[in-house]
Amino acid sequence: MRSNSRNIWRSVDWWTILLYLLLVVAGWFAICGASYTYGEPDFFDFSTRAGKQLVWIVCSFGLAFVLLMLDDNFYDVFAYLIYAVCIGLLILTLFVAGNVKGSHSWIQLGSVSLQPAEFAKFATGLALAKLMNGYGFTLHRWRNVFNVVFIILLPMTIIILQDEMGSALVYLAFFLVLYREGMPGVVLFAGLCAVSYFIVGIRYDEFAVLSIILFVEIAMLALIGRKWAAACYWLAGMCALFLLGYLLLAYEIRLPSEWIVLAMIVVFSIWLLYISYRERIWRYAGIVLFAFGSVCFLYLSDYIFDDVLKDYQRVRIEVLLGVTEDPSGAGYNVNQSKIAIGSGGLLGKGFLNGTQTKLKYVPEQDTDFIFCTIGEEKGFVGSMAVLLVFLILIWRLIAVAERQRNTFGRVYAYSVLSIFLFHLFINVGMVLGLTPVIGIPLPFLSYGGSSLWGFTILLFILLRIDAGRSRR
Amino acid sequence: MAKKNYVLEKRKFVIGGIALLIVIIYGIRLFTLQILSDTYKTASDNNAFLYNVQYPARGAIYDRSGKLMVFNQSAYDITFIPREIVGLDTLEFCRTLNITQEYFERRMQDVQDRRLNPGYSRYTNQVFMTQLSAEETGEFQEKLYKFQGFDIQRRTIRQYNYATAAHVLGDIGEVSKTEMETDPYYARGDYIGKLGVEKSYETYLRGEKGVEVLLRDARGRIQGSYNDGADDKLPVAGKNLTLSLDVELQMFAEQLMQGKMGAIVAIEPETGEILCMLSAPDYDPAMMVGRKRGNNQLALQDEPTRPLFNRAIMAAYPPGSTFKTAQALTFLQENIVDTQTAFPCYGAFIYGGLRVGCHAHPSPISVIPALSTSCNAYFCWGLVRMLASEKYNNAPAALNKWRDYMVSMGLGYNLGIDLPGEKRGLIPNGDYYTKRFGTERWGGLRIISTAIGQGEILATPVQICNLAATIANRGHFITPHVVKSIEGAEMDSLYRTPRYTDVSPENYEYIVQGMRGAVVGSAYGSTCRRANIPGLEICGKTGTAQNVGKDHSIFMGFAPMSNPKIAVSVYVENGGFGATWAVPMGALLIEKYLTGKIAPERQYLVDEITKANLIPYAFKQ
Repeated sequence: MRSNSRNIWRSVDWWTILLYLLLVVAGWFAICGASYTYGEPDFFDFSTRAGKQLVWIVCSFGLAFVLLMLDDNFYDVFAYLIYAVCIGLLILTLFVAGNVKGSHSWIQLGSVSLQPAEFAKFATGLALAKLMNGYGFTLHRWRNVFNVVFIILLPMTIIILQDEMGSALVYLAFFLVLYREGMPGVVLFAGLCAVSYFIVGIRYDEFAVLSIILFVEIAMLALIGRKWAAACYWLAGMCALFLLGYLLLAYEIRLPSEWIVLAMIVVFSIWLLYISYRERIWRYAGIVLFAFGSVCFLYLSDYIFDDVLKDYQRVRIEVLLGVTEDPSGAGYNVNQSKIAIGSGGLLGKGFLNGTQTKLKYVPEQDTDFIFCTIGEEKGFVGSMAVLLVFLILIWRLIAVAERQRNTFGRVYAYSVLSIFLFHLFINVGMVLGLTPVIGIPLPFLSYGGSSLWGFTILLFILLRIDAGRSRR
Repeated sequence: MAKKNYVLEKRKFVIGGIALLIVIIYGIRLFTLQILSDTYKTASDNNAFLYNVQYPARGAIYDRSGKLMVFNQSAYDITFIPREIVGLDTLEFCRTLNITQEYFERRMQDVQDRRLNPGYSRYTNQVFMTQLSAEETGEFQEKLYKFQGFDIQRRTIRQYNYATAAHVLGDIGEVSKTEMETDPYYARGDYIGKLGVEKSYETYLRGEKGVEVLLRDARGRIQGSYNDGADDKLPVAGKNLTLSLDVELQMFAEQLMQGKMGAIVAIEPETGEILCMLSAPDYDPAMMVGRKRGNNQLALQDEPTRPLFNRAIMAAYPPGSTFKTAQALTFLQENIVDTQTAFPCYGAFIYGGLRVGCHAHPSPISVIPALSTSCNAYFCWGLVRMLASEKYNNAPAALNKWRDYMVSMGLGYNLGIDLPGEKRGLIPNGDYYTKRFGTERWGGLRIISTAIGQGEILATPVQICNLAATIANRGHFITPHVVKSIEGAEMDSLYRTPRYTDVSPENYEYIVQGMRGAVVGSAYGSTCRRANIPGLEICGKTGTAQNVGKDHSIFMGFAPMSNPKIAVSVYVENGGFGATWAVPMGALLIEKYLTGKIAPERQYLVDEITKANLIPYAFKQ
């Protein structure tokens, strides 16, 4: 124990700490820019957001220090207990929390309010790591799969009940961990396909989705079936037909393109089944099954979207996906955020010179939309720098994960980096108008004590576990 | 310790690859948003910067002696920010502004109608009522604290010291859509000159708008000045104009023209400066100011006598006998006649079956007495002889030559006066008649009415006055203009450069003698005796333009003969013979200008003319 605490400063991953500090400092400057109103700036005044964030930052350094000082076995031993406490806290929140902007996820402790959902992430990561570290654990057993899914879905469900859709969706990031730990790739792939089919289906039309399905089917024939020549012929045929349809369009002849592509999928599938039967390779049949599932999903989601969802829900989704323009309503944030970022140019307007963010055109600009301030004040160079720091951090954490000697450390490490990746993907994508507006913060940059502490805990538990790896 | 699974470990590349892919996609998106596209930069400026326009004072307008004619007065717009209106007591609001509840509601609806008001926003200033006077807004100002969200903004509109010269001064009004499109200087609600010098000297009068760049937050609140005012611009006041008009003369001319339709133009021959210009009937320029402008304009448009129509530069009348001067000049210069050449006239020009009547005077007659007595036959003979002359091969060529002389005297084309809407009149050329007759084989007889300023010939009053100025100058003129000088700027060289006619000065002397004869009398008779005011050396020429109704009475003249100071043309529609109305009016104008007063023995004439109402019954309502 004693030698361990003395050596921690030698074995801790300083690269990660450096990247962490970079992000936190960049975040603080961005918050200064975003929360600054005209007049004498005083960023050290604790009544301002910049001043408060400074307090959160100093506190999180203390927190990080404490976490590093704890014994690394502590996390392993108490993983389930921590998980149970967090779940309890989440349930408690459900009953005691007041209404903050439509969600019931904040606990008021004196003048400080905390969001337990931010802390449930590391607990879930620890519980998952502990479970998968069990002797002889394998995802090939249904019982294990059930346990894993239960651990992930339990906090997710409670958070959904708190009306915090964004925080709940973050738990989907754990499926990336499962993928690393042996979940079949096709599940991840199918999930990605489902999301993109849904978005393309709403943004464009069935024809576009069916074309993608046909293309994916042909690509699978090439990649999985390794029948490159056949795939090329089919692809050429598909392109030829599209070209014909396009040329006919010039003569104002409109083909029922949706049905033609559907017919092509059917023909191709029948051919695949025939090959599958002739060559006794059942993988081809799997491809057909995948295509069939895709088409079913497409029409089912169409049905749900058009007939099951209520009007306001439909409008909200359409605005999020950019189908309908509504600059003053729900699309206002995204539009203003694009304006703020777009006006930054190459080098930005300079620290505290961003007019859009300063004049409060972008709502939530120091929390969820903090990336806009960076885009406006630091320009393309600054925004890219932040993205690259995140990329390097994630890659570094992959390296850290892979050097763990046990499954516990690796699973926890992947949990951490998957959560960061998911936040980065959704948050920056939302600010850039690419992903739906889901209110989740950008790790280390967004204003807020709960989120900064949550991410700090997430990261420094990993660093503590990593620092102790050599002893095992 | 778990066994390493190398197949699964490869999946780290998939996960790392996903991260890389996301960063690449977002990097491309950032690149397109920030570097490739300018639209967001513009949108950002439109968001954040409020360009608070500061209006310059419009230039004032003076007459030639420095009397202030047009200046600025304050008017008040009542504006409001829709979202800031709280608990408005509509009843009291309407009572204070002296408007009805219905008007209030209609106005509010109009403001919110984006088709009528594309700039509507709940966060920005909207105009409720415009151009109220200080008296109208006085009570409102006091009670302003009760009407939260409303405000009063000061604008400047025009005010007139003299109810005169409306056609020359013109007016200003809010810019139209087309005007905004042609000149980016203007924004919605700006004023622009619509008529008269307000329009033609708009760029001098308007000055330069100033701008204050303010920062506006998402709620429309002003957060201070941008860049500490480094990008602000102070407004530059408009330039003052000094007109060449003489207000006294102008008002005297208007007095004479009361109850008549027609036009009077007076020019200082030496400079081309217009001393007075009026079109009758006219209107008080103050009618075109403020909120009454729209209604008054519609009412004036509906008047059958067309008061908005500036007859002085827009009405193309047959010049009648005044045109004989131009004819004589052409014949003399082209050697068609000399001063001794005499033509017979026994009460008419008779040739073949054609007859153009004349009045009784001795015969034969040469050019100088022919002008004095306005002999029709002489000029008919002259034209016939010119068109038949061997010099030009054929009649069309001869007429083209003839036309060139007319054009050189400022007829047939726009003179280029500094007022909008000038008409060019009509001087036909050879082709015109060749086309009309379908053959080149026509002669003077077929266009004989041209000889006496009838037929196709048309000229505006200002062109005829300019013709008088040309004769007064013995062969040149400076393009007539109503602005004498612009504060801090030079007049266009067009208004400083003499234009010479194709006729030599000695030939002009004969014409001057003829015109002088018309006034003082000659052995052959005279037409302008009523213009003979001893000591003023007036030269003149009458005209009577045939008309569907009663003939138009015309006078053209200048004085003094040896050193001309003023040239005038007077058109009185339906005034009958030139001598009846136009001649005494022209003479009185000359007297007024040269002596500054009307001699007591002619005061009766002024009264008589002032009282006369010559507007035909058909025009009276």
